[in-house]
Amino acid sequence: MDPFQIQKPPTQFDVAIVGSGAGGGMAAYTLAKAGAKVVLLEAGGYYDPADPKYITQLKWPWESPRRGAGTTRAFGDFDAAWGGWDIEGEPYTTAKGTEFHWFRSRMLGGRTNHWGRISLRFGPDDFRRRSMTGVGQDWPIGYDDLKPFYDRVDRLIGVFGSVENFPNEPDGIFLPAPKPRLHELMIRKGARSIGIPVIPSRLSMLTKPINDERGSCFYCAQCGRGCQAYADFSSSSVLVKPAMKTGNVTLINGAMVREVITDPATGLCTGVSYVDTQTLQEVTIKAKSVVLAASAGETARLLLNSKSSRFPTGLANSSGVVGKYINDSTGASRSAFVPALMDRKRYNEDGVGGMHVFTPWWLDNKKLDFPRGYHIEYWGGMGMPAYGFGWGVEALNGMIAARDGSKKPGGGYGAGLKDDYRRFYGAYVGMAGRGEPVPLESNYCEIDPNVVDKYGIPVLRFNYKWSDYEVKQAKHMQDTFEEIIHSMGGIALGEKPGAENSYGLEAPGKIIHEVGTSRMGNDPKTSALNKFQQAHDVKNLFVVDAAAFPSQGDKNVTWTILASSMRTSEYLIDQVKKKNI
Amino acid sequence: MKRRDSLKALSLTGFGLAVGPTEAAVPAPPDVKPLKIPGGRQKFEAERDAKLMAEKFFTPHELQTVTVLSDIIIPADERSGSASQAGVPAFIEFMMKDQPRNQTPMRGGIRWLDNTCTKRYGKPFVQCTKAQQIDMVEQIAYPALAKPDMTQGASFFTLMRNLTASGFFTSQIGIKDLGYVGNTPNQWNGVPDDVLKQYGLAYEERELNPGK
Ligand SMILES: Cc1cc2nc3c(=O)[nH]c(=O)nc-3n(C[C@H](O)[C@H](O)[C@H](O)COP(=O)(O)OP(=O)(O)OC[C@H]3O[C@@H](n4cnc5c(N)ncnc54)[C@H](O)[C@@H]3O)c2cc1C
Ligand code: SF4
Repeated sequence: MDPFQIQKPPTQFDVAIVGSGAGGGMAAYTLAKAGAKVVLLEAGGYYDPADPKYITQLKWPWESPRRGAGTTRAFGDFDAAWGGWDIEGEPYTTAKGTEFHWFRSRMLGGRTNHWGRISLRFGPDDFRRRSMTGVGQDWPIGYDDLKPFYDRVDRLIGVFGSVENFPNEPDGIFLPAPKPRLHELMIRKGARSIGIPVIPSRLSMLTKPINDERGSCFYCAQCGRGCQAYADFSSSSVLVKPAMKTGNVTLINGAMVREVITDPATGLCTGVSYVDTQTLQEVTIKAKSVVLAASAGETARLLLNSKSSRFPTGLANSSGVVGKYINDSTGASRSAFVPALMDRKRYNEDGVGGMHVFTPWWLDNKKLDFPRGYHIEYWGGMGMPAYGFGWGVEALNGMIAARDGSKKPGGGYGAGLKDDYRRFYGAYVGMAGRGEPVPLESNYCEIDPNVVDKYGIPVLRFNYKWSDYEVKQAKHMQDTFEEIIHSMGGIALGEKPGAENSYGLEAPGKIIHEVGTSRMGNDPKTSALNKFQQAHDVKNLFVVDAAAFPSQGDKNVTWTILASSMRTSEYLIDQVKKKNI
Repeated sequence: MKRRDSLKALSLTGFGLAVGPTEAAVPAPPDVKPLKIPGGRQKFEAERDAKLMAEKFFTPHELQTVTVLSDIIIPADERSGSASQAGVPAFIEFMMKDQPRNQTPMRGGIRWLDNTCTKRYGKPFVQCTKAQQIDMVEQIAYPALAKPDMTQGASFFTLMRNLTASGFFTSQIGIKDLGYVGNTPNQWNGVPDDVLKQYGLAYEERELNPGK
């Protein structure tokens, strides 16, 4: 087979969308419903959580020879992620002295198949942090611009929660929230007693049916495996499939887009070129507009790799900001043992696939020594055992008296140890902070001059270091975690992380919320996209993933990707109608 | 559950590729038995699993040692069977191949145990009497109390304890023993009343009467 044979499919599409995750799925849905002829290019394979070929939901640990260990899938053997921190043949690099971990999913729906489904809106303050604190960057839009789209996303996709009127934590249009589990009630009681709020979480699972296409949640706690009833949100089940039903979407799986093609005369995009991952053939697709949604890192890579004589520094990059200001949420965590939960009565408390309560950011940074906030996520309870069960008991069972009141040293063996495992089951809790960093120009990704992937495409090199702001925030998280643990009578496990290990601050990338690599703004000199996420330099090029976001928020990003992708897609339709593009 | 929709998905083969001239020059790949990919597995995972299953890590002596140790760690009792009855040795064998970083601590740990038993009782561990085996285990089962010449053994025993517990409580026998009753379609209506009472907790009014 001649690998250099260029295939030319006959059609010109209205829009070519690169990537089928949160941003790409929403764009495909919105554009196809409006009648546009869309080609959806997805590097990964086809996926449907209701097809026995792919189902992992409701499997037992013994159905995996490694009992669910994360040897080939970072989040365990049953997790619905194809890909992970490392993908065979698709490397990335990091500059010396810096660190970044890049989680990629190569499949229809991208990382939305196994994400945590924490579905938070950004609040009004999250769009104007620079004005408020003097560091970071304001957005060119505010909460009011996105609110109507958040509302429509809530209705279209479904999210449960509760009306709280909490500062800077806008309420949505919510389905009923599931009641807290036992450990969540204990956390709530403890935390509230020391002035830390705990409210029902906001997750995109259907606690009530919203249409005929999707079932409702049957509380198996396994959304990360993908839901056969389509009761949780994933872009593949909830957006791409209905989009395809319109007949307006041509989905091409295994299409690794390499470059956005532009006309040297007009400077407009004319389509994209991709490598077929099975045959390694190069294929060119023609389209009147191009929408990038390959995820923040990959979108920057595509722009930087789409160099031409007219765009020598990469596409949409006359400002030079593409790749810069990459920022991921901060993260730190602690777990605990709660003696009061020992010897629990057994019942099914699986609940939804995630926490039923959380803590939104509740303090005023003006009174603190770091400029941005964080929220707290919780876990615990009588979950399905998996690889790692019982690990580390030797650090704990020496502290706990046996049923007859006797104490023995930590570790052990035999009938007494076996009984300890039973007694401790369901008595652990954990908590993790997810915080907002300050986006910095010195944190960036660029094209590595020396390395290509197996398709011959130059790869990204990351340069990322946390600043003092994030380290101080992590310190605050650790102090808070201990206070919460003590407030509920728990024993914090392990050493408290300290200055020597940056207070347990996770390495950049580990929280998988990277944003900012082709940020929007009003000034074409300091931003790549305008406030509609349209390239300043190329008017028929749009970005609908988190690359466009100037900052992170102390919330997870995906609900904002969905809302802004819907907004940008409608703007595109409007511009076509007005014959501006 | 909804019926799955069949979707039109294009792949490059849909574009009707002609076979290029270089293809004929490449020798055909060797015949491989087609592997059945179990549901929920990617192809490379199924191939990897099949390969690992076909390999052997433990020698018969090592496997015997692991079996005896795992049953000392989790013996049968009135509620459930022992580690070996729950298939723990086979699980540990698989984990050695699946995560090879375990191999040296495990193989070396077994050697350490045999060396130490030979010194103390004149025989490798599995050939010692039950009383000698327990006497040995007592020296390494409590890491914080291990004497300086026993610390490596304590590390090994900790690894064995952890693998045994993980293997046992993720088996059918172990999950039944533990009383985990989920992983099945359910309605979550909150913590049972008697449990709430036991812990002195209550739901809020709005949780009891949502929508009010
Ligand atoms: C374990 C985990 C938990 C998470 N939990 C949460 C959470 O609770 N809340 C939250 O808000 N967010 C969460 N996230 C983050 C969330 O998944 C992402 O923010 C979201 O999926 C990003 O959407 P996206 O469309 O930008 O990219 P993705 O979902 O990553 O989709 C990008 C798609 O583009 C494809 N692609 C990439 N490059 C190319 C190319 N060159 N050509 C063609 N296709 C390409 C990829 O294969 C992929 O399918 C979590 C992520 C993970 C991994
Ligand atoms: S918890 Fe509910 S939504 Fe999530 S996978 Fe299970 S049934 Fe589906």
